[in-house]
This record gives sequence, structure tokens and C-alpha cells, in this order.
Amino acid sequence: MKSRIPVVLLACGSFNPITNMHLRLFEVARDHLHQTGMYQVIGGIISPVNDNYKKKDLAAAHHRVAMVQLALQMSDWIRVDTWECEQAQWMETVKVLRHHHHQLLRSLSLEEGPDQGTAVSPAPAAAPELKFLCGADVLKTFQTPNLWKDEHIQEIVEKFGLVCVGRAGHDPKAYIMGSPILRRYQHNIHLVREPVQNEISATYIRSALGQGQSVKYLLPDAVIAYIKNHNLYSRDSPRKGNGTRNSGAETGQSGPATAPLSSP
Amino acid sequence: MEDPGKTEVVLLACGSFNPVTNMHLRLFELARDYMNGTGKYRVVKGIISPVGDAYKKKGLISAHHRVIMAELATKNSSWVEVDSWESLQKEWTETEKVLRHHQEKLEAGGCDRQQDSPVLERPGRKRKWAEQRSEVSQKKSLEPRTKGVPEVKLLCGADILESFGVPNLWKSEDIAKIVGVYGLVCVTRVGNDAQKFIYESDVLWKHRANIHLVNEWITNDISSTKIRRALRRGQSIRYLVPDLVGEYIEKHSLYSSESEERNVGVVLAPLQRNTADTNSNPTV
Repeated sequence: MKSRIPVVLLACGSFNPITNMHLRLFEVARDHLHQTGMYQVIGGIISPVNDNYKKKDLAAAHHRVAMVQLALQMSDWIRVDTWECEQAQWMETVKVLRHHHHQLLRSLSLEEGPDQGTAVSPAPAAAPELKFLCGADVLKTFQTPNLWKDEHIQEIVEKFGLVCVGRAGHDPKAYIMGSPILRRYQHNIHLVREPVQNEISATYIRSALGQGQSVKYLLPDAVIAYIKNHNLYSRDSPRKGNGTRNSGAETGQSGPATAPLSSP
Repeated sequence: MEDPGKTEVVLLACGSFNPVTNMHLRLFELARDYMNGTGKYRVVKGIISPVGDAYKKKGLISAHHRVIMAELATKNSSWVEVDSWESLQKEWTETEKVLRHHQEKLEAGGCDRQQDSPVLERPGRKRKWAEQRSEVSQKKSLEPRTKGVPEVKLLCGADILESFGVPNLWKSEDIAKIVGVYGLVCVTRVGNDAQKFIYESDVLWKHRANIHLVNEWITNDISSTKIRRALRRGQSIRYLVPDLVGEYIEKHSLYSSESEERNVGVVLAPLQRNTADTNSNPTV
């Protein structure tokens, strides 16, 4: 029996804050890859972006990391990684992928050995792969001028691979067909259908919190408690970032930024 | 702390809860924020009332499990709780009767501990209560509500509102009482046809002041049907239902192709009852 390729899923983004939708990405992506019969997902990594990304209203990295940690308390396969946000400068996604891929190879080669059981299948003949996990909105941002370097996009889809989860209002097949680079490496892009439409955006969460509305059941209780205890995202929270609007290149960014008030 | 100017409200959600999901729980949160935000109401309690097995819906698993899952789901809620009265009735009970039961309970000052969970059920007590209720209800059904007592309102999604139009699913006098006497808090997706539906129904239009439409800006399509389907296909339901509910489902292997076949070919209780009534007594 052909052994499956071990895969780690890496999601980059603001996670400002992390939501149940972010967490769902991992679950549906894992199910999808398993059901292809070709992969065995051995881990998931959430890598919050560096504060120097300078996105409007970006809470401090240490808060965003703490919230992800709380959200992942009950997960036995996803973890948070702070390498990206600890760097002195913001760095391109491809560099984060390279770093984690390198780490992955190192950690697995240390574990291999005739007498050591690994988390992977008994005979890990296939080299482990690190795949970039994102929503369809991120795939669309590949088209935004100057947001991504072409050679980086190519490296992401050629060397690593993309697992892209659908979102309402997005047509990932069209984005792929509309880009020569993506078209060429479409075999390395896994499009995942999420049958349970779930449009929880962090933008909405921040807006609801600012208006004193409930966000219970949209993100883990422990994260909500943390937000309240540290007074994040309330109307009078100190604002971070220089106010420039960066249009995405993160998971969790919804399309239109309008988050209307509760009652019409 | 009481506010004399505001009407206290209890939100009651009836349904299969097969299983309860994060979407059901969100309905309560959205409805409470909305009602409190009008400045006229203060929501003091939320109640999940799972339907009895006698409803005979396809795929409906035992009420015992559904009640426990709802209890697990609301464990961390400070204001939403589960009531098993409806699920314990031998016959299927119309929603209007459930509303009435809870309103009368409030008026009787009966905010004693919620109905015993199935584990602790004492049949003797239930029978006595049911006898008392039928006497009380005849006297009190259309009297104006006692002042200072919270008002029970039916919390639902737009699908329930639109189901009012399904022949024989609801008695028209029940619909009139639900919107006329109690009131509806209906959470709908933006762009939904709820307003149009109200406009096109004379009884709903008449009581439109008592129908509160709450906009759900985040599309949240976590239906129990999809949860059950995912489970049959070995897919994850993590983050769609509370962790405790997911664990309970797994531990008891609740949903399968077999469970989904329950009640296949059986007529849904309200359809059975209302069709029989129409046949024997053709008034609308």
C-alpha cells in the first residue's frame, strides 16, 4: 500500500482576533486532504503576522498569540508559532513557509530511526510537505497589484502547495484560470468546498465588540474572556497601526469592510 | 436590577435541536442584543425546548440525548437554559401550547428550578402538573398578562416564519395566538424574504408590531442537517458545535445512516393531526 504524503498546514494572517472560522479552515482542509487518499495531515500551524505589517487596528502580537493559544487549548494537532511575529520586520509569506518547511524537515529527520515510532505512517517513504492554508479571499489577493511578488506566488504554488477553502462571493477556480502562474501549478492547488457557509470575519467581531454586542459562539469562550480582560477591541482601546488600509493577504479578512450596526 | 420602563422578555426556542449547534446558540445572542437595544425590552432568560420524539421527524434521535446535548451546549451560558417539559410529553405538543405552558409558569411565579432533566424525571409529578395545567389554561388563555411578569416570545429563524405557509403544519388559530398574544423574534439573513412574507399574510401583517426581525449580518449556515451529514461522512464538526456536544456525539455514536432513517415513511405529527382535524371538522 502506497504510503501517504505527510502534510503540515500553515496559515498566516492577522488573527485579529482568531475566530471559529479560522479554526474551521484547518478542520475542513484536513478532511479534504485525507479523503483524497494521498495525504496524511500530521500538524497545523497558525502564524500570526508581525506588528510591523501595520494593518489598521492590529492588536499587539503578544495578545494575538495569546488568543490563538487559548483557542487551540483543546486542539491536539494545531499549534501557534511566534517566529514570524518575533522577527524585527514584517516578512513575506514565502519566507515564513521556507522557515517552517526547513523546521519540518529537521524535526522529522531527527525523529526517524529504526527503533523510534514517529507520528507519521510506519514507513515514511514520502517527504513531508508544508502547504499554505488560506481562504478563497486570500487567493484573490494574488491579483492585487504590488501585494505579492510573482516569483513568490510561483514558489508558494510550485514548491509548497496551496490548500484553499471556499468562501461566499468568491470563485477560486476563476482566480486560478485567470492567472498563468496559478494555472500552471493548479495540480498543486487544492480547492476545498466548505458546505457549511460560515462568514465569521474578524472585522465583524471587532465591530461587534466595539458596539458592546455579543460575539459568543463565533470564537472560543476563552478568547472572548481574554479580550474582555485586556480590554481589546473596545471603542476606547488604544489603536495600533498607522491607519493604512491593507486589503487582505490574510485569512479572515472579509470582502467589504462594512459591518453595519445591530438594529436597522 | 429592574427597570420599570422596560418589558421583561423570555426568549423561547422550539425545535428539533438534532443536534444543537453554534448557530442555534447565536440566535439567542443576536436576539437578546437586538431586543435590549430597542430600549423597550430587557431579555431575562433564554429557553431551549427540544421537541418530543412523537414529532416523528426523519432522523430525529431520542429526546433524552437531544436534551442532554442542549444542556452541555448551554453549560457556559449565564442566561440560556434548557427545558425538557415539551420533550417529556407523550404526544406531540403544539408550539402555542409550549409558549402557553411557559407563560403560565412565569405567572404562577414558577421560576423554580427548570424542569427535571430526563435523568431525574419523576413521572408522578409530571402527570399532576399536566392535569393542573389543563385546568389553568382554560381560564387564562386569553386574559391580559399580569403586569410585572416577563413576556415569553418565540425565538426562531426565518425558516419557521415561512413554514407558517406550509399547509396543515400549523393551525391558523395557533399562528394568530403566537403572533398576537406572545410575539415572535425572528432572526433572518440579510436579504431574506421575511418582510415580504409578513406583508403577504393578513394575520402576520395585523400583528407586525409584535414580530421583531433581527438581522444576521454573518451568514451562519450551520444547520443540524449538515452536521449530521458531515458525521455520516466522517468529517469534522469541530467549531460548528460546542466542544462538549461534539464529544458527547462521538462518545455515544449518535448519528449514522441508520439514525437518519428513523421515521422514514411516517407522517410528521402536526401534519397527521391537522389533516385529521380538517377531515373531521372542516373549519380553518
